[in-house]
Amino acid sequence: MKYIREFRDGGLARKLAAAIAREADPDRHYNLMEFCGGHTHAIFRYGVQDLVPANVEYVHGPGCPVCVLPVRRLDDAVELALKEGVILTTYGDMMRVPGTKQKSLIRARAEGADIRMVYSTQDALNVARDNPDRQVVFFAIGFETTTPPTAVAILQAQAEGLTNFTVFCNHVLTPPAIAHIVNAPSEPGEKPVRIDGFLGPSHVSSVIGWAPYEPAARDFEKPVVIAGFEPLDVMQSTLMLIRQINEGRHVVENQYTRVVTREGNRKAQSLVAQVLELRKTFEWRGLGYVSDSALRIRDAYAAFDAEKRFTVSPKDSREVKSCECPAILRGVKKPTECKLFGTVCTPDNPMGACMVSSEGACAAYWTYGRKRGAALPARGAAA
Amino acid sequence: MNSVDASPKYRTGAVDMTHGGGGRAMAELIEDLFHRHLKNPILDQRHDAAVFDVPPGRLVMSTDAHVISPLFFPGGDIGSLSVHGTLNDIAMAGARPLSLTASFILEEGFPLADLERIVMSMARAAREAGVPVVSGDTKVVEKGKGDGVFITTAGVGVLPDGVSISPAAARPGQVVLLSGSIGDHGVAILSKRENLEFETEILSDSAALHGLVADMIAAVPGIAVLRDPTRGGLATALNEIAHASGVGVMLEEDAIPVGPDVEGACELLGLDPLYVANEGKLICICEAADADLLLEIMRAHPLGRLSEKVGEIVEDADRMVVMQTGFGGSRVVDWLSGEQLPRIC
Repeated sequence: MKYIREFRDGGLARKLAAAIAREADPDRHYNLMEFCGGHTHAIFRYGVQDLVPANVEYVHGPGCPVCVLPVRRLDDAVELALKEGVILTTYGDMMRVPGTKQKSLIRARAEGADIRMVYSTQDALNVARDNPDRQVVFFAIGFETTTPPTAVAILQAQAEGLTNFTVFCNHVLTPPAIAHIVNAPSEPGEKPVRIDGFLGPSHVSSVIGWAPYEPAARDFEKPVVIAGFEPLDVMQSTLMLIRQINEGRHVVENQYTRVVTREGNRKAQSLVAQVLELRKTFEWRGLGYVSDSALRIRDAYAAFDAEKRFTVSPKDSREVKSCECPAILRGVKKPTECKLFGTVCTPDNPMGACMVSSEGACAAYWTYGRKRGAALPARGAAA
Repeated sequence: MNSVDASPKYRTGAVDMTHGGGGRAMAELIEDLFHRHLKNPILDQRHDAAVFDVPPGRLVMSTDAHVISPLFFPGGDIGSLSVHGTLNDIAMAGARPLSLTASFILEEGFPLADLERIVMSMARAAREAGVPVVSGDTKVVEKGKGDGVFITTAGVGVLPDGVSISPAAARPGQVVLLSGSIGDHGVAILSKRENLEFETEILSDSAALHGLVADMIAAVPGIAVLRDPTRGGLATALNEIAHASGVGVMLEEDAIPVGPDVEGACELLGLDPLYVANEGKLICICEAADADLLLEIMRAHPLGRLSEKVGEIVEDADRMVVMQTGFGGSRVVDWLSGEQLPRIC
């Protein structure tokens, strides 16, 4: 397969690193929030932080779909999965996320729930086709990237007359989250987040385009660079952001030109608009309730809405006490500032969602940040 | 141990409870299917326990259960895999395998033609390896209480004098050799998984490694560690060695062979080849001075043609596996948490 190694070329990385070192003003600190878990993962997997100067720091954003799902919705999914006759289909990452009292989908499966890992909504539809006497619920999570496939699955189910397929819709939107992060009042006793600029979503932007970030860049005076998920993309975008910051500019720039346009994928947008509509408000782990930040299934497709097909009981959902996932998702705390990090909370026994997904900041710190402090020269607060 | 064609008798039909009931049906199945294909002088004694002579040396014993899904995959099936799996466990102690046993758990309703195909494949793998299956057992469970067929094999081998291989024997300054490209088995399995089928030419690397090991030990009896990176892949095997030996491992990403098809499939599926299973590869940890000779011997063997030096053993109280990335940074290669791929061996 071509174009895998090309975007991971060590020689080009060193040239970009030199350019970043020349551009970065040694007398200032650059806090760059990489919005997406995909960026976080690339930064850690390829050791990008090692290649940039110590005063250029990546702050991990809330763009890990597994991480931002509030515990209550996960508890609801567990309840759905345990209902008689239901098969819950889910992306693999969700399986180990702990709900209230550490109850995860994997634990529910051990208790007898029929939960199946799928790679796509098409797999979920196949499960429904193959099990006509069972109710198949697709646990839909994710940002705008995963939303069009959900919309298409609902349209396909309708066209085929599948009566045993529903979607538990938890899709969330990126631009309101970015606006919320720069605009939200900080929690009592919390240092406000000072973000100098954003590495903007890559795959999300391939769907929605880069125009939706323009209000945030203009109103909050924060530069945004739409950045691809390959390590060279991240480095080039870092250089572009630092240039904007140094020049006092704050516009949306597009590094990921090989995929993203200003308008995005119109076809995907119209499919989503046909099937899904804005929720007035939705709870995010870490951000709390954010208005106009999530999607629900339109009434015209209510037959495919798991929230309408099934009733779930009200619950007293709780995260683990002293889990700092919320503050970490807002970028105000580092994983290592959490009391649970690396002691009771590890990837084998995660207390919070950020330790589960490879896109989560805590899991990334666990696999990478621990060693950096020991093996490499001290880098201030970064490790 | 000559090969025998499939029996027309088992072209149709399915396993039923009488095949495990101890009566005539069971006796016939054992005689006409298992004995017919696995035939060898020791099995022909028809004892419940095999009796055989052993050469001088220390004995090595291992057992391995196989619950793979799907049962048939590109490059092998549960029959050949259950032979290779146990032979390799014995080989990784540095031993020469002598004999195998096999125990089958069959699910009611399992097609007899598939069972015969599996037993024939097992017989072929045993014949090619030169190691007979000397004793066996069959049980049948009710429909829904198994997944077609589960096979547990056990093996006995003999260890030459002067060989002392152990996962706890890695020491700083030694080097890590790898006998070929990684990830082929896991990706081949995945390509045939229900819900995930994709077109690929990738074959499982399932193979018996004791011949390669014998060549290596003949040249360098002082090999410190041998390990086949099966479930959990190269990353997990190296973490286990680092943990057992109290050392760190420094890997060089660019030196680790990954086939282009495997790399592409992993990229699409979001998998890391370092964690994908292999069934015909080995890791060898040896003194740096022996590395060139061992690599030459490994590359001369058909199962080690792509052998490379992929890293070295370093001092590290935290016992971590760290990799220098081709990109220029470094990353920790941690234990796998949970499952990356279920039921691959």
